[in-house]
Amino acid sequence: MGSTETTASATGEDGRRSAPERDGRRDTHDLAGLEAGLDALDTVQTRRAPLRETLVQKVLPPVTAVLLVLVVWQVLVWAEVTDSYKLPSPGAVWQEVENAWLQGTLVDYIWTSVSRGMFGFLLALLIGTPLGLVVARVRFVRAAIGPVLSGLQSLPSVAWVPPAVIWLGLNDKMMYAVILLGAVPSIANGLVSGVDQVPPLFLRAGRTLGATGLRGTWHIVMPAALPGYLAGLKQGWAFSWRSLMAAEIIAQSPDLGMGLGQLLEAGRTNSSMSQVFLAILLILVVGIAIDLLIFSPLERWVLRSRGLLVK
Amino acid sequence: MAATLAKEAGSATRAADALDVAARVEHVSKSFTTPAGQQLVLDDITLDVNQGEFVTLLGASGCGKSTLLNLVAGLDRPSAGSIGTDGRPALMFQEHALFPWLTAGRNIELALRLRGLPKAERRPRAEELLELVRLRGAYGKRVHELSGGMRQRVALARALAQDSKLLLMDEPFAALDAITRDVLHDELTRIWRETRVSVLFVTHNVREAVRLAQRVVLLSSRPGRVAREWTVDIEQPRRIEDAAVAELSAEITEELRGEIRRHGQH
Repeated sequence: MGSTETTASATGEDGRRSAPERDGRRDTHDLAGLEAGLDALDTVQTRRAPLRETLVQKVLPPVTAVLLVLVVWQVLVWAEVTDSYKLPSPGAVWQEVENAWLQGTLVDYIWTSVSRGMFGFLLALLIGTPLGLVVARVRFVRAAIGPVLSGLQSLPSVAWVPPAVIWLGLNDKMMYAVILLGAVPSIANGLVSGVDQVPPLFLRAGRTLGATGLRGTWHIVMPAALPGYLAGLKQGWAFSWRSLMAAEIIAQSPDLGMGLGQLLEAGRTNSSMSQVFLAILLILVVGIAIDLLIFSPLERWVLRSRGLLVK
Repeated sequence: MAATLAKEAGSATRAADALDVAARVEHVSKSFTTPAGQQLVLDDITLDVNQGEFVTLLGASGCGKSTLLNLVAGLDRPSAGSIGTDGRPALMFQEHALFPWLTAGRNIELALRLRGLPKAERRPRAEELLELVRLRGAYGKRVHELSGGMRQRVALARALAQDSKLLLMDEPFAALDAITRDVLHDELTRIWRETRVSVLFVTHNVREAVRLAQRVVLLSSRPGRVAREWTVDIEQPRRIEDAAVAELSAEITEELRGEIRRHGQH
């Protein structure tokens, strides 16, 4: 290895790497061997957990918890703690799920809301990302709108429904407006805190490598801020979904179709508690499913590839 | 970026470079504003690093050696005096400062990319640099999969990827265990001799300074001034336990202690 290096560098393109030929005094191969040994001793061995371990540690606990809730629920129904129209049995709610599935409306309810929520979330992503970047990097902008942006997060997005209806009417545009107002601040704030947590050492290292200005943002700041940004996206999705449900429950119109929020409101007007439970259950399940199927794997992948995840 | 371009243009006519040294520090002072008022950290430092020379800056805490390195790296401006370097210097830190979202190889390629090397040339050059630091198989490894010593070698490879004439090193081995540090001293000496890069190496470890350098510059503390210089005439490769290294180290340590003692007297 050492000898090929010397011959290569003797004809090196700029002559700077021509090595002085007095290498002999110390055995360089001895050094290479020593180093290889050190590397082998110091290298950390990582392994992925086997499937069975994952099942026992990750799947079993939540399944147990869900079963426990169902048991308590059924016991309360049997004990007749309240009138049956106020508390339907798990079986009655399941019947509701089956009916909706057989009528083919179940997937429609879910798709109406999920497609709206996802499209709104993507819009929020497109707006929130550059906004967050500008707030994080430009001091004047941060001082000007930073506090408002974090304040907006604590404003319940339900509050935006009445003005959105008045400005935009009862249509999809109004739904997206409410989602944006709920999700954009979360995404922007997530990116801001991600950028704030970038170790200064990375910025200095980037600057000495010549990554300044936009190149620094692209090559150093954005990838370094990715974990915080992902956390913001996760929260942004939760806010999108909640805002959308608020909008769907309040805004009723035939043009809007039947989303999960409308299903819930319809259950209330029909005094069908099992339908209300069905809607709440679906809203919950969809929220959890999107998080579990999209955001959690993404977050884990990013953290794992950086060695930030122990397991 | 302008610096890179200037450097690229300059590399063709290297012989005609205005600066005949790798770095020239002239009458440089630096003070910081603190709650207690202006604090002078560096006072009238004058120092040259010749082309291909290995210089260590030695001093106790508070001598401003890292501040001086930042000034030479262009990360900060001096309050007075001037600093000239032949192109933009590369800088290596005590922490490896490798980017954890990239593999070892990609870290090096980013440095190559930022200095404008065409895409097709990056991968082979990165492999070559990894080979130079004897980490041939580490191209696809993530930073957290490497040991402390391996990380610093990748960081060295990344710094060399900048193809700077001057390599600044800020206590790069201070966080490593003694065995690894000893091996990396041998490696750094070998690589320095192979690449003929000029090195300005900051440390508070006297033996390390003598083991590595052709010239040792001792800084006094608060404010930092050049207290004394030694030329190290011991033939490379040396060992940290060589008698000649020990002898000169003892002399420098005595001087360093004298500098530190002065501060206890007020």
